[in-house]
Amino acid sequence: MAEVAIVGVGQSVFSRDCGVSIRELSFEAFKEAMEGLDITTGDIDASIICSAPEYDKQRSPAGLISEYLELTPKPSFYVETVCSSSSTGLRVAWSLVKAGLHKVVAVIGFQKMSELSSRDAAERMGRGADIIWESPFGLTMPAGYAMYARAHMAKYGTTEEHLAKVRVKNSHYGAANPKATYRKELGLEDILNSEVITSPLKKFDCCANADGASCIIVARGDVAKGITQVPIWIIGLGAATDTMTMAGRKSLTGLECAQEAGKQAYKMAGLKPQDIDVAEVHDCFTVSEILAYEDLGFAKPGEGVGLIEDKQTYADGKIPVNVDGGLLSKGHPIGATGGSQIRTIVRQLRRQATEAQVKGAEVGLVHNIGGIGQYGNVTILRR
Amino acid sequence: MGFENFGTVSFTAAAKAADFMTHLEAGKVMTTRCRNCGASYFPPKADCPACLSSDVDWFEIKGQGKLNTYTIVNYGPTGFENDAPYILALGEFEGGIQILARLGRDIKPDDIKVGMSLAISPVKLPDNRVAYEFNKV
Repeated sequence: MAEVAIVGVGQSVFSRDCGVSIRELSFEAFKEAMEGLDITTGDIDASIICSAPEYDKQRSPAGLISEYLELTPKPSFYVETVCSSSSTGLRVAWSLVKAGLHKVVAVIGFQKMSELSSRDAAERMGRGADIIWESPFGLTMPAGYAMYARAHMAKYGTTEEHLAKVRVKNSHYGAANPKATYRKELGLEDILNSEVITSPLKKFDCCANADGASCIIVARGDVAKGITQVPIWIIGLGAATDTMTMAGRKSLTGLECAQEAGKQAYKMAGLKPQDIDVAEVHDCFTVSEILAYEDLGFAKPGEGVGLIEDKQTYADGKIPVNVDGGLLSKGHPIGATGGSQIRTIVRQLRRQATEAQVKGAEVGLVHNIGGIGQYGNVTILRR
Repeated sequence: MGFENFGTVSFTAAAKAADFMTHLEAGKVMTTRCRNCGASYFPPKADCPACLSSDVDWFEIKGQGKLNTYTIVNYGPTGFENDAPYILALGEFEGGIQILARLGRDIKPDDIKVGMSLAISPVKLPDNRVAYEFNKV
């Protein structure tokens, strides 16, 4: 049996403007994660706080959130890999528990992006590129992914309609997710006719900045069963880093950090792509979900569009993906996103995903990417 | 001189690799090769992580390259508002050196094709700023 389990998961409502402070936002996620557990706040031995600091007004948020949730005097510290920060937090929590330092660790991710204008947010995203060599050209995250989309189209014949079909699916499931920012179902024409942001990506190919928080409570195997009736076991972890620069990328039709992280996670779990019952992938843009199908081995390189064309990634398909609406519907509060993805898979494996439960789901996968493919995290969970 | 005049907006200035700017002002896009082990880099590195030497040589990137991918950016971030729309591209040159730059205004959006031939050259920007861009061959 695996030795580290997730015992609790929670997230706040994700929204364009939450109207509360980051400590209050974090409390919302923490409260949901602790609900129904046979532990109290005092039983949490350490906390890992995750966000992307360039969007935060508060410096060193770990101390602040630790105080508000009364996690002091237990150790608390900060972890960052941009958009995959809370998956990295989970990896660190696993290590702390596995090493025997702590029995119960909380991973709290948050971001309050409404504190910045969307243009200022884009400037910070631009500085997420190499500030000497690539930011001075006006590189942004959407532009980086748009270049992956263009290269995929040129090599494999992928079309804008293929990309739009990802949003059609995710908006369908997002409409049923009470915690999602966007709950409107979109048709193919709505997406194809939306304004071009950075070609070939249009407005509805892109996820939106959002405010939100997530929380994952991790526990040592022997205590996990005393905390919850349905612990979810962490059976595979993979992490990889690719070049900061776009210039350094060897492939423009797949994310090598995701391929490498996926390989590691499958190996650790002793599983293959076809063993996964349900997946959450990092669909910051529609093209990112197509790349993920291929990078994770759900489809061969260039054949990812076949999965969305045949509706195989819908809840009743061969490999259901993002049946909570994905980042495209939920919104993308950077530091909170990985924890929200993990929450969805844990709820699926506990058979609590009332909106779109995948029947008999035993094994789930989370794919969480930081930046324009700089950081890749893949996590495999089992009931 | 550092990187203070590089690109539309520069975010930092001082760097050991700032000789790049001297070469760029003189009309050449150059990058580094390690004098000790021969490893070459782009973006240029003033240090060689392969052999830990800091003895590097500059060589010019020239000749015909090809367009690997591109995007037409309609919304520039802060400081780039007046540039949009602009076209970002990745070009590949001799020795597999891949470079991010903008496509020059001599290339019309309708004429862009992944795989097309490109040249790279320094370009002067308003306010005495400099960069490099891709042009038609």
